[in-house]
Amino acid sequence: MFRKVSKILLVISLMSLSSCTKPSGQSSKQKVKIDGSSTVYPITEAMAEEFSKLNKKTMVTVGVSGTGGGFKKFLAGEIDINDASRSIKSKEQKVAQENGVKYLELPVAYDGISVVVNPGSFLTSLTVAQLKQIWESDSVKTWKDVNPEWPDRAIKLYGPGTDSGTFDYFKEVIVGKKGSFRSNFTKSEDDNMLVKGVAGDKDALGFFGFAYYEANKSKLKALAIAKDQTAPPVVPTRVTIQDGSYAPLSRPIFIYVNKKATAKPWVNEFVNFYFEKAMDTAAGIIKQVGYIPLNKNEYQKSLDDYKAFSKAEM
Amino acid sequence: MSGTLAKESMAAKPVIQSTKASRRVSRRKLFDRCFYRLCQFTVLLALMSLVTLIGHILYEGISWLKIDFFLNFTSRFAEQAGIKAAIFGSVWVLFLTSAFAVPLGVSAAIFLEEYAPKKKWVEWVQINIGNLAGMPSIVYGLVGLAVFVRYFNFERSLLAGSLTLGLLILPIIIISSQEAIKAVPLSLREAAYALGARKWQVVFGQVLPASLPGILTGVILSISRAIGETAPLIVIGALSFVAFTPVSIWDEFTVLPIQIYNWASKPQEEFHHLAAAAIIVLLVLLFFMNFIAIYLRQKYQRYKL
Repeated sequence: MFRKVSKILLVISLMSLSSCTKPSGQSSKQKVKIDGSSTVYPITEAMAEEFSKLNKKTMVTVGVSGTGGGFKKFLAGEIDINDASRSIKSKEQKVAQENGVKYLELPVAYDGISVVVNPGSFLTSLTVAQLKQIWESDSVKTWKDVNPEWPDRAIKLYGPGTDSGTFDYFKEVIVGKKGSFRSNFTKSEDDNMLVKGVAGDKDALGFFGFAYYEANKSKLKALAIAKDQTAPPVVPTRVTIQDGSYAPLSRPIFIYVNKKATAKPWVNEFVNFYFEKAMDTAAGIIKQVGYIPLNKNEYQKSLDDYKAFSKAEM
Repeated sequence: MSGTLAKESMAAKPVIQSTKASRRVSRRKLFDRCFYRLCQFTVLLALMSLVTLIGHILYEGISWLKIDFFLNFTSRFAEQAGIKAAIFGSVWVLFLTSAFAVPLGVSAAIFLEEYAPKKKWVEWVQINIGNLAGMPSIVYGLVGLAVFVRYFNFERSLLAGSLTLGLLILPIIIISSQEAIKAVPLSLREAAYALGARKWQVVFGQVLPASLPGILTGVILSISRAIGETAPLIVIGALSFVAFTPVSIWDEFTVLPIQIYNWASKPQEEFHHLAAAAIIVLLVLLFFMNFIAIYLRQKYQRYKL
């Protein structure tokens, strides 16, 4: 009994050793490697699913490392496409230059960052100035601190972690790129935790992507946001996000494609498929997964841009 | 025992003192009963939380456990989504991780117990193995990312993931195997030596077979930890969407815990049910592995010395 076991163990260990010394095999398989934002993930996942059904030879993989984590891999040349819920930062652009990475940004859909409260809350709308006041520093503790007419109860704030693109975008448009942001609020990378937090507390206020609001409409109330004192407050809906009237919190989300990846025909096939499917309103994939599609012309422009980009000299 | 004590004291001492003593005894008895109830309560609490957890998961997920669930890849439609890629990935990881960690861990344990000299540096190694066993798993993920994914350029392959998890469970295997080897009585070794056996004959012919059930139990328990682990794999960049089954150790992969994590963080309610269904599968797998561990221990304990 024991002899057998020890023999098997020996064989296995030899096998594992020999496989370790093998040079990293450049697999001949056709791979499209994608990583990045969890916000863009549902769209890319859906496209990859449809694409895989038609192209059995190409293996599409999608990871979720966050926009920033994805860019790190993208700029190191480890992945072909990065899902990004914000534009590339100037710091990241510098890295791209140093590494000689050329890329193309392609918008794939709109998202509206929804500012939500509990359905039992007295609040129905906020101005951007008020949002700024709430989120800028830790000094605001109660509703009364924002508006003297409001109740003297503590505000409980919920928001995504500081690594997420949603956080970056919200910070940029509400308090400004260089502005300070409060540190005292409940952060979670898992938006469902934010939903639960706001749904269970009358004095809570939080923000996250439209898809999470839409899926939990019965438990949450989205606030109407007014650009400034004179502008009328606008509630986030599919219509107001698409026509841009839900400002400044509606934003485009992107995929970034590495120039080197365009040398692989299967990557080009995938990107073309991505935008043709997105344009296909009958299939309505973007809508299905909780996002707001761009106009047809915008998708066509992305397709044309990509064609020029992939054909251009390195 | 306290009862007889009280009787003795009652017989020996005047009446006033005996009531004092019996009061003391009854206080002790009360304390004893309270402690017993407290112990019962804590066990009950632990059991209840386990039962509510499993009950909740079963309630949420059991109706989603269909055959298609095992045969389909993940999908944006909850009704069509399945765990095929995750199951294949988990099984691959299971075998690769044990192929890497078990021989290495058991050999290290044999060396440390049977061959290592009683010197300072051995002690130092021993302490560090203990420390490594208590390290948060995410640290292993970072090591795996730096060493296997980047330096060896294994990318996000099964090999990189399995080696990372192998590192994670290596110290646990070493320590549990050491304990098993320590438990082999010295008389057995001495008897073998007396018959003229060489050291390696003693180790491989007597000590290892005698400690095998203990070693196997430790190995299986640590491997079941490895297949339930998410954090290090997320760090090395294991994937969420994989629509193929891996065919070699260089392929990308996903595993059950990552699939569960991904589904649980989706906005749509149906995916949370899917996550619960996948948790049931993972729980069954873990229970099954623990059952094997218990079975092996029971079976080989018959030859206990």
